[in-house]
Formats: sequence, C-alpha cells, structure tokens
Amino acid sequence: MANIITRRDALRLTAGGAAAAALAGQASAQVPRVDVAAPKLPIENGASLRILRPARFVEPDETVFRANTAKFQQTTGIQTRVDFVGWEEIRQQSAVASNTGTGPDIVVGWGEDPHVYVDKLIELSDVAEYLGKRYGGWSFLAEKYGKRDKTNNWIGLPLGGGTGPLVYRRSAVKEAGFDKIPTDHAEFLKLCQALRKINKPAGFALGNAVGDGNGFANWLVWSHGGFLVDEGGKVSINSKETIAALTYLKDLYATFIPGTLAWGDPSNNRAYAANEVWLTANGVSLYFALKNDAATRAIADDTDHTPLPFGVVGKPPQASLILNAMVFKHTKFPNAAKTYLQFMMESEQYDPWLTGCLGYWSQTLRAYSKSALWGSDPKIAVFRGATENQFWSGYKGPITQAAGAVAAEYIMVQMCASVAAGQATPEEAAKEAERRARRYYR
Amino acid sequence: MAAIDIANWSHTRVEPNWLARLFDWRPFLIFICLLPAVGLLLVFLTYPLGLGIWLAFTDTTIGRSGQWIGLENFEYLLGDKLFWQAVFYSVFYTTVATVGKFGLGLWLALLLNNHIPFKTILRAIILLPWITPTVLSAIAFWWIYDPQFSIISYVFVDALGVRDRYFDFLGSTWPARWSLIAANIWRGIPFVAISLLAGLQTISPSLYEAALLDGSTAWQRFRFITFPLLLPILAIVMTFSIIFTFTDFQLVYAITRGGPVNSTHLMATLAFQRGIPGGMLGEGAAIAVSMIPFLVFATLFSYFALARRKWQQGESND
Repeated sequence: MANIITRRDALRLTAGGAAAAALAGQASAQVPRVDVAAPKLPIENGASLRILRPARFVEPDETVFRANTAKFQQTTGIQTRVDFVGWEEIRQQSAVASNTGTGPDIVVGWGEDPHVYVDKLIELSDVAEYLGKRYGGWSFLAEKYGKRDKTNNWIGLPLGGGTGPLVYRRSAVKEAGFDKIPTDHAEFLKLCQALRKINKPAGFALGNAVGDGNGFANWLVWSHGGFLVDEGGKVSINSKETIAALTYLKDLYATFIPGTLAWGDPSNNRAYAANEVWLTANGVSLYFALKNDAATRAIADDTDHTPLPFGVVGKPPQASLILNAMVFKHTKFPNAAKTYLQFMMESEQYDPWLTGCLGYWSQTLRAYSKSALWGSDPKIAVFRGATENQFWSGYKGPITQAAGAVAAEYIMVQMCASVAAGQATPEEAAKEAERRARRYYR
Repeated sequence: MAAIDIANWSHTRVEPNWLARLFDWRPFLIFICLLPAVGLLLVFLTYPLGLGIWLAFTDTTIGRSGQWIGLENFEYLLGDKLFWQAVFYSVFYTTVATVGKFGLGLWLALLLNNHIPFKTILRAIILLPWITPTVLSAIAFWWIYDPQFSIISYVFVDALGVRDRYFDFLGSTWPARWSLIAANIWRGIPFVAISLLAGLQTISPSLYEAALLDGSTAWQRFRFITFPLLLPILAIVMTFSIIFTFTDFQLVYAITRGGPVNSTHLMATLAFQRGIPGGMLGEGAAIAVSMIPFLVFATLFSYFALARRKWQQGESND
C-alpha cells in the first residue's frame, strides 16, 4: 500500500551541503515511497567498511556524500571510510582490488565495471529489489547496468547517471534565425551553418576526450540509425548508416570552431565560458559553473539545454554515464556493505545528495523524479530522465568490458575525427573502426 | 721438566665453531654481501621486467588473468597501422628532439663556460625546466598550444594583428608532432647543458693556451680540443637522453593523449593506452616489450660509435 511521506525533518549536514539540505528538507517530502519490508541483513560484529568512489565534479557531490556516510556511521556504529579517487584511476584501483582480493569493500565505479568483475562480486538482488519496490522501480539504464546480462540477478547498484545534452546560447540561436533547436539532421546542419555565418559557431569535441568525444561520436552514429554492435555483441559499425553519419559529419564539421580535433573534455567548457563557442554538448556542470560565477552569470542566463537532435531514431540518441556500486566477495562484512548502499539510497540520504548534485547525477530510482530538485530550475529539466535514455555505451550489445574498452580507446571518436580531418573517407573510417572494435568483441 | 714441556709445547689451535668457519668461507661471504643488492634488483627490477615480458605473451586483460598465447600479440601488432605509426613517431620524436637538445644544449654549455657575471645563479636558473615536474610543464604547454586560449595565438592575432586566425597547434598531424617535439626539447636542454658544462670544465685550460700560441681559430679550438675531449661524456649523456626521450610519456599524454587521431602516440603512450584504459594488459605489455630492441640499439650505438676510447670499453688506455 502506498504511503506518501508527508514531512521530513530538515537534515543537518556539513556547511557545504547546508544549502542543499535546506532544499532537501522540503524535497524528500515529495518523494513517494512504499512501505516494504527491508531485507534482513544482520550486521557483522566489529564491521568496518572502506568505500572507493570517483572524485566529485560538483562540490556537494562530495560534501553530501560524506555527510550521509557520517550519518550512517552514527546510526549503525560501523566505521566507514570513503576515498575519492580521480576518474581515470578508479578502474585501475578496482582492478587491483579485484585481482588481489584486498582493499575497498565497496567500489562505486562506472557502468560496466560490475560486469567485468562479475565473478568476484556479491549479488545485490535483495537490496536492489527492495529499493525498486520502495521507490517506484528502477529506470531503464539502471536495470540495464545493474543486472547481469539476460538474468534478473543484480550485480551492481546504480547510484546515478549523468548525460550530456546540447548546451546553447538562446540569443545566438535566435540570431541565426531559429526559435528552437531542430531535431532533424538537415535542419540542425542549417542551424550550425547559420551560427558559423554570424561568427558564433558550434563546436563538439573530436579529440581524445572520454566523455564529450564519445558522447558526440555516439550521437552522430546513433542518430543515423547506426550502432557499434548488434544485440548479440557482433560488431556492426561498418554499415551504410554509419557511412551516412560520417558523410553528414563532413558538412557539420565545416561549421565548427577551429581546433575541435584537439579538444579534451574541459575544452568546450572553457570555450563556451569565453564566448568562443555558442552551441556544444556537455553535462550540467558547465551550466552550474557559469551560474555560480558572477562574471559569467549573464552567459548562464542566456543558456539552455535540450536533448541531442533525434535524427532518424525519434528519441534522444544519447547515453548516460552510470555510477555503479559493487560489493566485492573479499569483504568480511557483506551485510554491512549492503546496508550501507541501502542506507545511501533511502530518501533521507539520497534526496539531499541528488539535490546537492544539481542534476549532475540523475536518479536511478523512478520515485526521485518527483524530487523538488527538478522543479528548482527549468533549465535542468532535460537531465531528469538521464537514466531513462534508451541508448548505452556499446549499444545494442550486452554490457561488457568491451564496450568500456571501445570508449576508452576512442574508437568511435577517432573514426569521426579521421573523417573530419580529411584523413580517411567515411568508408575507410568505418572499416578501420570495425577492425579495431573486433579486437575487443571477440 | 719444565724445559722439556716448553720444547714440546705447541700451540693447540682452538677449532673455530661452524659459524665462524662458514663466515670464513669466501664463496659464502661473497653470497652474503651480495644478497641485499641482488635482492633489491630481483624484487624491483627483474621481477617487474620479467612480469612485463611474460604478460606480452599472454592475453591478460584488466580483471582477468590470461593464458599463454605465444606471439599472437606481436602478430596482431605487425598488422596494426597504429602501432607502426607509433613506432615511426617514437623514432622521429627521439631523433629530432635529441638533435635539437644536443645542438642547443652544447651551445648553452659553451656560453655558460665563459666568465660571465652571476654565473652560478644563471646556471641554477638554467636547470629550472629540468627540475619542474614534467606534468606541470606539460600542462603549461597544453595552455600554450590551446586552440582557443594560446598565448602565442593571442600575441600574433590580438596583440600584433599579423594573423587573422588562431594557430591550430594540436589539431592536425604535423603541427601537433612538431609542437610536442618543441616542448620536449625545451625540457631536455638543461640536462644536456649542465652535463656538458661539467665535461667542459674538466678540460685543462693549458690545452687552449697552447692552441692560442699556435695561432688557432676559435672553430679549430672547438673542433680539435673541446669536441674530442667532450666526446666521452657526450656519449653517456646522449645515451641517457635517448632513453629518456624514447620512453617519454607524460608530455605526450598530458598534452594530446596521442591525438589528433592517434598521430602523436609514442610507443610508451600507446602501450599505456592499450594496456590500462583499453584494458588489454597483454597487448600493452607487448608494445612496451617492443621498445626494448630500440633502446638496446640506441645504447650500443652511443657506446660503440661515440665512445671510441678503449678505457670506456673496459680496456686500459694506451
């Protein structure tokens, strides 16, 4: 039976999370949840936990996370330590933990990680099913990344997802003669050409940028109906759809600001903040950095987000970066670890965190789409459904290490970049990408 | 009686216990004294190197231990365009950067060897690029080469107005390659300059005096005194410099990550890219192992081609 929580005491958090907490006091009131019996997880004697997670992108991500962890420690008496490590190091550290059977009990890694270490993980089905029932079910990508392929067994607990829609300057789009961002390719190209003509160009990363580069390359291929691998994991990138996409890119690239072939992940943020580029794709962090700095406040006011153009697929052709928690078998305190994850996902903790992250990590449990966060700023509404996107890294294949490796090896990005740079024809580029991808999908 | 006793007395040597005998036994003593050094070498050098070589013959990936697959990794690399591109750029990068570093470094060393005011302070300042952590200088160059915010572009376009568009240092193949080489030369000069300066200071001034009396020109003094006497140290410094340059990683990784479109991958960055972010530890190790022949060749070349004095090859001078 449904039981809407009507009132929550405001949470006392550390100074950094104070603002978020104030908002969350009202916020968690709106998150509907059902009373379900929690799984019985008797905590082991003398339990202590070590958690490893990626470094923050927005400050409250860390402060609220730490505050929630401190609260867990107070409530349960379990010694808990969270280490924040760089985004690019966490994979290596999880690999070491998994291979040596020591180290952190819980690693909050990236989407594919639990699928890589599946044999070395504890199943989290009890906690995941409980949370799903309690909070309106898991979102599409959460199910995709949480469960082992073709089973109902949860091996990961997706904490959140981030996505990179279009970020643009409304004034520039208007000046170019458009009321809104067109969703089909031909019109979108016209918009970019018009932006170039008024010297307020668009720009997307084509350099070795893990997040932005892959985001753009995936969009290009997916929006034309192409995909890297089919449902069975067979490499299918060398298709007429991909070639159409790459042919389209040639025209689109001509409208970009010069230098995008050398762009890393931070490049478009800097160029956008410096009025050099007027339309790009990025996570919400760019907008909030602009909004929180008095010097760039005017740019933020002129900024808006919209999903990447649908092209021929009729839904936003963008994936999400999933924050996926896993518990290693080598932990001495599996129940404590599960309890921790469950605790962090309960609305008293999760909603302040979600709110504090300002949309950088979107919810994976559907009930949180009612969070007050999403009403707080209409410009971030597009991030609300981040984990409901119907595309994922390595689309349409199963979630495997190969998908992560293809992204880390920039195979899709370099396919696009070589065409943009005029080094390869679309046919050659698609063939080369196929050859390289096969190495991982074998 | 007593006299007889003395005559018959012989020193009965106390038989040393087994421990003392053991320590008196030369082979054992040598073994014991070498043990710490050998242990350190085994644990920190032989084991990682051996593991790396072993990995190169397996299909190990991150998170899964691998099977012995023989030469399969190397066979794949032979047909891999990117690998050959990385081999080419590694050799090119090392050659051009080494020539640049030695040309400019030697010149700088000769200048610093003169009597100039504030000599010591100048020499200390020269070392700065070398002692700055590579990643920091790489990030500085990353900004210098930024497509939108480059200081060089700013000077030429906005301040002087001699160009109408920004330099695209890192956006296309060859400009990106030359930009990285320039950054590497800048970083490497101090090491070469200071080492050669040390070499220059060991040359006896009397040789120059004698040459002056004979009416030599500055070029002749350099060609027939400085250069031959500098050659031994030149060989050593060049060996080190080639090894450092060939195995360079941080500069390229921090500035371009091997881009645009893989054109600036060195073997070291490609090995890392494939092995760690790409997860193919075996293949990454195979690329790293492929660097060994190049390094051995470079070392042998420096030793035998440049160090032609017999004592440098372990014989006595004649």
